[in-house]
Amino acid sequence: MNPQAIIDGLIAGSTIGLGAIGLTLTYSILRFANFTHGDFLAWGAYLTLTVSGFLGGLLAGLGAGAPLAPFSFGWGLPVALPAGVAVTILLTLGLDRVLFGQLRQRGADAIIIVMASFGASMALRSLLEFIYSSEPQYFTRELQIAQKIGLGMRATPDQLLTIAMTALLVVLLHIVVTRTPTGRAMRAVSENPSLAGVYGVDVDHVIRVTWIIGAGLACVAGVMSGLLVQIRPYMGFDLLLPLFAAAILGGIGSIPGAMIGGLIIGLAEAFTVQLIGAEWRAAVAFVVLVLVLLVRPAGLFGRAA
Amino acid sequence: MEYLAYGAFFLTVAMTYSIICLGLNVQWGQTGLFNVGVAAFVGVGAYTSALLTTPETAERVGGFGLPIAVGWIGAALVSAAVSFLVGALTIRMRADYLAITTFGIAIALQLCFQNLEPLTGGVFGVGFIPRAFAGVQGDAILFNLLNLALAGALVLAIYLLLEHLMRAPWGRVLRAVREDETAAQSLGKNPTALRLQAFVLGGGIMGLAGGVQAHFVGFIAPANYLPMMTFQVWAMLIVGGSGNNRGAILGAVLVWAIWALSGSLISEVFPADQQARAASLQIVIIGVMLCLILLWRPQGLLPERASVSKHLGNRHDT
Repeated sequence: MNPQAIIDGLIAGSTIGLGAIGLTLTYSILRFANFTHGDFLAWGAYLTLTVSGFLGGLLAGLGAGAPLAPFSFGWGLPVALPAGVAVTILLTLGLDRVLFGQLRQRGADAIIIVMASFGASMALRSLLEFIYSSEPQYFTRELQIAQKIGLGMRATPDQLLTIAMTALLVVLLHIVVTRTPTGRAMRAVSENPSLAGVYGVDVDHVIRVTWIIGAGLACVAGVMSGLLVQIRPYMGFDLLLPLFAAAILGGIGSIPGAMIGGLIIGLAEAFTVQLIGAEWRAAVAFVVLVLVLLVRPAGLFGRAA
Repeated sequence: MEYLAYGAFFLTVAMTYSIICLGLNVQWGQTGLFNVGVAAFVGVGAYTSALLTTPETAERVGGFGLPIAVGWIGAALVSAAVSFLVGALTIRMRADYLAITTFGIAIALQLCFQNLEPLTGGVFGVGFIPRAFAGVQGDAILFNLLNLALAGALVLAIYLLLEHLMRAPWGRVLRAVREDETAAQSLGKNPTALRLQAFVLGGGIMGLAGGVQAHFVGFIAPANYLPMMTFQVWAMLIVGGSGNNRGAILGAVLVWAIWALSGSLISEVFPADQQARAASLQIVIIGVMLCLILLWRPQGLLPERASVSKHLGNRHDT
C-alpha cells in the first residue's frame, strides 16, 4: 500500500469536511437536509473565478499578475476569495428569503423544504451550466511539482495550503461556536427552536448566521476544490453525497464530527482509488453512509435521534 | 400523418412516465416517503428486463431471450427487492435519511450500470432489446399507435389497481400512518411495516415502468438514468397533485409536454453551437416550476380527495 493515499485523502477530505460543516449546521439548526449545499460550493467557485478573472486582468496591468511563489496562483485569487464568499452568502440569504424562509413561515413540513431544496439545486446547477457552459475551467494554468514531504508522501504547495487553511478555519469556527454569545444561541436553537425563542434568543438572527457560516465555508471549499482539481457546474453535485455521508458519520450538528467525517471519507476514497480502482470512487461515500446507518445511526459524535 | 405518429410516440413516453409517477405516488403521495433515487429504481427494472429478454450475446452475461412479459415481471420484482433493502435500512429513521440514502443508492447504481460491463454493457448500454409489435415496425403510425394502446392499457390497469388498494383498508391505514403515526400505532398498526410495504410496491411499479420504457425505445444506457429523471418525475407528481392518482398521470403528460415544447423552442431560438448549453435552461424551468408549485399550490393541480370507506358511506346514505 502506498502512503501517498494518506495525504491524497487528507487533501480531498479537507474540502469535504469544510463543505460538510455548513451542511451539518443547516441540518441541525434549520432542521432539513439541504440538497442545494453542494451547489453553493460550485457557485462559490464560479463566483470567485469571475472576480479573480477580472482582478487578474487588472493586476496584470499593474505588473502584479505573476504567481505568488511557491503557489500556482497570483494575487487575484486571494483578493477575489473574500468577494466570492460575500456573493455566495448573498446568494444563500436570497434563496432563504424567497424559498426556504417562505416555506418555514407557512409551517411546511421539513420534507417539503427538502424537496424544494432538491428542485432549487437542479435549477442552480443548470443555471451555472447555462452561464458558464459545461467546459471545465481553472483558476490557474500553472503547473506545480509535488514535493517530498516525508514518509514517502508528496504534495504540492497549493495542496498543503488548503490543509492549513482548513485547519485554521475549523479552529476559528470552533472558538466562535463554543465561546461567543452567537455560538451559544446557535446551540440553543439546534436543541429546541421554540424554547430558545421563548428565552429571548433571536432565532432569525441565528438562522442568518448559520447561512453565512455555511455559505462562506462552502465557497472556500469550492475554491479549494477548483484550485486543486477543476471547476465544473457538476462539481458541487458530485460532492453532495460525500458531504452528506461526512455530516451523518460525524453526527448531525457536530462541527468537529463533520470535519473528521470529511477526512474519513476522503481517506476512504483515496484508498479505494488505490486498491480497487478510480471508477468506484463515487460509491465510497454511499458504502460509508450505509455502514454508519447500520452500525451507529447517530454518528460518531451525535446523540441518538 | 407524421404528426399522428409523433403524437402517439410522445404520448407513449408520457404513459411510461405516468407509470413511474404512479409508483412515486404510492411512496410519497400516500405514505410520505421521499425517494430521491427514482431513476435508479427505473434503471434496475430496465436493465433486468433487457437482460432477461435480449438474445444471447458473447459480450455480456445472459441475454436469456425470454418473452417481454417475463422481462416486465422480472423488472418489477428485482426493483421491488432493491426497494426492500433500501427501505429496511432507512425507513425507521427520520424522513430525510431515506432521502439521503435513496440519493446515494441512485449514485451507486448509476456506477454499477457504468462499470459492471459484463452485466450491463458499460457506458454503451444494451441494444437490440426486443420491441413489442416489432412485426409492424415498418409502419410508423401503426407501430406507435399499438405501443400507445399497450402503454395506455398498462397505465389504466395500474391506476385501477392502486385506486382499489387506496380505498381498501390497507390504503386508509397508510394515510393514517402518514398523517399521525402515533395515533395509528396506538390503534395497533405497525407504521414501519406499512411504510416498507408501500415503498416496495412503489419501487416495483417504477421497475415495471423501466422495463416498459426499455422495450419501447429498444436501447438503454446509464445516461438514461441520471438524477435528472428523478427530478422530472418529482416535478410531474407535485404539479399533478400528490396523493391523487389521476393527478400523477395528468402531471406526467403535462410536464413531459412542457419539457418537449421547451426543448423544441430552445432549438429554434438558440444557434446550433449554443444548444447544448441552452438545454440546461429546460432544467431551470422545471426546477423553478417545482419550487413555485411548492410555494403557491402545494396540493398540485388535482388535490388529493378524501377517501372514506364505502361501508361508512353506505351508513350515511341510509
